[in-house]
Amino acid sequence: MTTVSSAGHSRRDFLYIATGAVGAVGAAAALVPLIAQMNPDASTIAAGAPVEIDLAPIANGQIVKVFWRSKPIFIFHRTAKEIEEAKNVNVASLPDPEPDSERVKKGHEQWLVVIGICTHLGCIPLAHQGEYDGWFCPCHGSQYDTAGRIRKGPAPKNLYLPPYAFISDTKIRIG
Amino acid sequence: MSGHSTYQPTNPAMQWLEKRLPIGGLIHSSFIAYPTPRNLNYWWTFGGILSFMLGVQILTGIILAMHYTPQVDLAFKSVEAIMRDVNFGWLLRYLHSNGAAMFFLAVYIHIFRGMYYGSYKEPREVLWILGVILYMLMMATGFMGYVLVWGQMSFWAATVITNLFSAIPVVGDAIVTWLWGGFAVGNPTLNRFYALHYLLPFVIAGVVVLHVWALHVAGQNNPAGIEPKSDKDTVPFTPYATVKDGFLIVCFCLLYAWFVFYIPNFLGHPDNYIPANPAVTPSEIVPEWYYLPFYAILRSIPNKLLGVIALFSSIGILAFLPWLDTSKVRSARYRPLYRQFFWLFVIAGIGLGWLGTKPPEGIYVILARVLTFYYFAFFLIVLPLLGIFEKTKPLPNSISESVLGAKA
Repeated sequence: MTTVSSAGHSRRDFLYIATGAVGAVGAAAALVPLIAQMNPDASTIAAGAPVEIDLAPIANGQIVKVFWRSKPIFIFHRTAKEIEEAKNVNVASLPDPEPDSERVKKGHEQWLVVIGICTHLGCIPLAHQGEYDGWFCPCHGSQYDTAGRIRKGPAPKNLYLPPYAFISDTKIRIG
Repeated sequence: MSGHSTYQPTNPAMQWLEKRLPIGGLIHSSFIAYPTPRNLNYWWTFGGILSFMLGVQILTGIILAMHYTPQVDLAFKSVEAIMRDVNFGWLLRYLHSNGAAMFFLAVYIHIFRGMYYGSYKEPREVLWILGVILYMLMMATGFMGYVLVWGQMSFWAATVITNLFSAIPVVGDAIVTWLWGGFAVGNPTLNRFYALHYLLPFVIAGVVVLHVWALHVAGQNNPAGIEPKSDKDTVPFTPYATVKDGFLIVCFCLLYAWFVFYIPNFLGHPDNYIPANPAVTPSEIVPEWYYLPFYAILRSIPNKLLGVIALFSSIGILAFLPWLDTSKVRSARYRPLYRQFFWLFVIAGIGLGWLGTKPPEGIYVILARVLTFYYFAFFLIVLPLLGIFEKTKPLPNSISESVLGAKA
C-alpha cells in the first residue's frame, strides 16, 4: 500500500473509528429484536393475567388445585385442628423459619394459598399425606405441614406464596 | 490458491491453532490477501450482498420457526400471532418476506452481471453451473416459504405449481399425489414444505461454499474480461473489495429498509391475507414478482406439456450458456453487437415479468409469445451465431492498462 502523510493517516483513522463505532451501535441495535422476540409474547402475558377463584364451593378440609401463569396453586380450606397444628410449632426449630401468621391473610386464617411446586426440584407434592398432615413430595421425600412449610426432606424452602388478595370473604384474586 | 499460505500469525494462540486446523490461513488467503482484479466495479459486489442476504434469511427464518405452527388449521393464525403478539414479530416477518424479494433482486443483478461480462466462459463453467443450481434452489425455497403462510395465494400457488407435474405423461398423476401426500394440497403438503423450507437454505449454504471455492480456483472475472497478468493487475481483497462490498451492502440495506419499514406489503398480494379456502379459487393466481417472467413463458404456450417443458427449460437453458456462446471475447465491453442483444434480453425479461401480471388474453398473449420466442432465440440462435459473425473491439493489453491508461 502507498504511504500517506500523517495528516492523511489521522483522517483515515478517524473514518475507521467513526465507521466502526456506528457499526457497533447498529449491530447492538440489530441484536435487540432478535433477542427480545424470545421473551413471552403479548398473548402469553395476557394469559398470565390475574384469576379470580370462588372459595364458597371448597369444603372444610378440602384442598383445591388451580393454575395461574402455568403454575399449580393449592387452595387449602383448613379445619380448626389443622390451623392449631400450624400455630403450635417452635418456629425457630423449622428448617425455614416462618410463623403461620405470615403465611395467611389476617382474618382469613382458614385459607392457605401456596404455589404447589416442591422447592427442591419442582415436582407437585401430594395433598393430605406425610407425617405433618400437609403434603408429601414423592420425588425425593420432602414433607410439608398444614402451613405449607418444609419439615423433613431435601427441600430448602417453604412452599412459596403467590401474590393474592381477598376481594370478598368468598373470593380471592391470584396475581 | 494452492501452494503454502502467506499467512504468518504473530499471535501465539493463532500459531497454535494454525498448526492444528489452518482456518486462519484459509480465511487469510481467501478473503484478506486474495488477489482481486483492480478494475472491479460495483456490479461485482452482489456476491457479497447475496451471502449477506442468505445470512439474514436464515437468521430471521430460524427465529420465525420458533413461533410458527405448520398445521393447516393453525398456520395462518400463527403468522398473525407473530405479527401481533410476538415481540418485534412484525419486524422479523417483514424482514423475512421482503428479504426474499431483495435476495432475488440481488441474484438477478448478479446473473445479469455474469451474462454481460462473460463470467460463465472458460474456465468458469462449473462456477456458472453451480450458480444455476443455487438459483434453482432459491426458487424452490422461496416457493415453499410462500406456501407456509397458508393464505389464499399460498394454497392456490401450491396447487398450480404441484399440478405442473401432472403434465408428465404416464407417471404425472402419481408424482403429483406423491408430492401432495394426499388427494389435494393439504396438511401433509404443508408439513413437508415446512421441513424442506428449513432444510434447503442450508443446502444453499453448502453449494455457496462450492461456488466460492470454484471462484477462487479460477479467480474473479473483471469488466475487461482479460485475466490478470501480473501483480500490478490485482489488489488484496481486504481492504479494497471488503470495504467496497461493505459499502454497497449498506446501500442495499437502505433499499431493503425502505420496503420493510414503509411499504412492507407492496410486493405481496393482498389475497394472501385471506386464510386458505380449498373451495374458492381467487380471481387471479399470481406468483411473487421474481417468478413472473417464467410464469408468462408458461402461459404463452397453448399446450400443457409443452408449456411445462418451456417453463423448466427457460431456467435450465442457463446452464448451457458457456457452450451456447461461441465468442472468444468475454466482456460485452468489447462486443458491441452482443451488448445490444443483451439489453434486449433484459428488456424482454422485464417485459415478460410485466406480462405475467396480466390476464392471459388478447394482446398480452401475443406479446408474451413474441418475448418468449426472443428469450429462447437469444440463447439458441443469437449467442451461437454472434461468436462467428461479430466484429469485436480490440482488447486492452492488461487490466492495469485498461484502468490506468498506457502509462501503466
